[in-house]
Amino acid sequence: MIDILLLLIIVACAIFALFMKDLLSATIILGVYSFIMATIFTRLNAVDVAFTEASVGAGITSVLMIAALSRTKRYEYHYTKGQRKKPSALFSKIMSLVLVIVTGAVLVYGTLDMPEFGDPEAPTNQHVSPRYIEETHHDTGINNMVTAVLASYRGYDTLGETTVIFTAGTAVILLLRRKKKV
Amino acid sequence: MADIIHIIQTKYYYLVVIFLMMIGLYATISSRNLIKKVIGINIFQISVFLFYIAMSKVKHGTAPILWDKSHVYDNPLPHVLILTAIVVSVSTTAVALALIINIHKEYGTIEEDMILEKQKLDIDRSNTA
Repeated sequence: MIDILLLLIIVACAIFALFMKDLLSATIILGVYSFIMATIFTRLNAVDVAFTEASVGAGITSVLMIAALSRTKRYEYHYTKGQRKKPSALFSKIMSLVLVIVTGAVLVYGTLDMPEFGDPEAPTNQHVSPRYIEETHHDTGINNMVTAVLASYRGYDTLGETTVIFTAGTAVILLLRRKKKV
Repeated sequence: MADIIHIIQTKYYYLVVIFLMMIGLYATISSRNLIKKVIGINIFQISVFLFYIAMSKVKHGTAPILWDKSHVYDNPLPHVLILTAIVVSVSTTAVALALIINIHKEYGTIEEDMILEKQKLDIDRSNTA
């Protein structure tokens, strides 16, 4: 029951974030969205992911967004009715709606073939992970399988992740440094 | 009809993910404000995380931490992949926001239409000069 309630709240958050004209409110609602998503992850037993989502997803993203808003503008530009009713603006709105609905329909069609929610026989649960679950303690001596896979079995993934963060950090520093006046 | 109810009962997580993805995609494509676009991208990304985590759930499974009383564990592999993906998504957001700040410095606005208009004006000016 609580799962369905959480899913309804998260859909409501996404819709509100879409329609908010005040970008600061939209950012805060995005933070709420991330945090409720972390709660849903806990319900689905993904505790490590929930920690990361709550701290990094809800926390750091909101801070970055608010920092960016403080350097730009807080409110979305309010288009007049005439500008909104212009054929070109209306056409682009309708086309994007059509595109989104077609994408959604194709995805729903794709899920029809998927295994049911929580199915132990699903292909996802058949390969690789049984070995992790059985051998983790013997191989690494760590009780938390997620940590063992992250840092030991798939250490190179984490190395790649670190490379991505380093590259992103370098890019941000290069973009935001103060240029010397010539 | 019974088929549809069965699908909704057994796959409702996936359907919610698809709906969230549609909202995120719509926000990304149709909004003219650049920060709104970043918010849309974030909604999209987080819904994909939920998709992976929902796939990793096993009926009656416990969290993937070794425990004497447990026989069935949830699948730990999608959790690991999503841990990496969350951090990567924050990095992309950071770079996008840095670019937006630079755009605001250059054009004084973060609305797509106005940026395009100003670019057109600049081109006209350079042509007449």
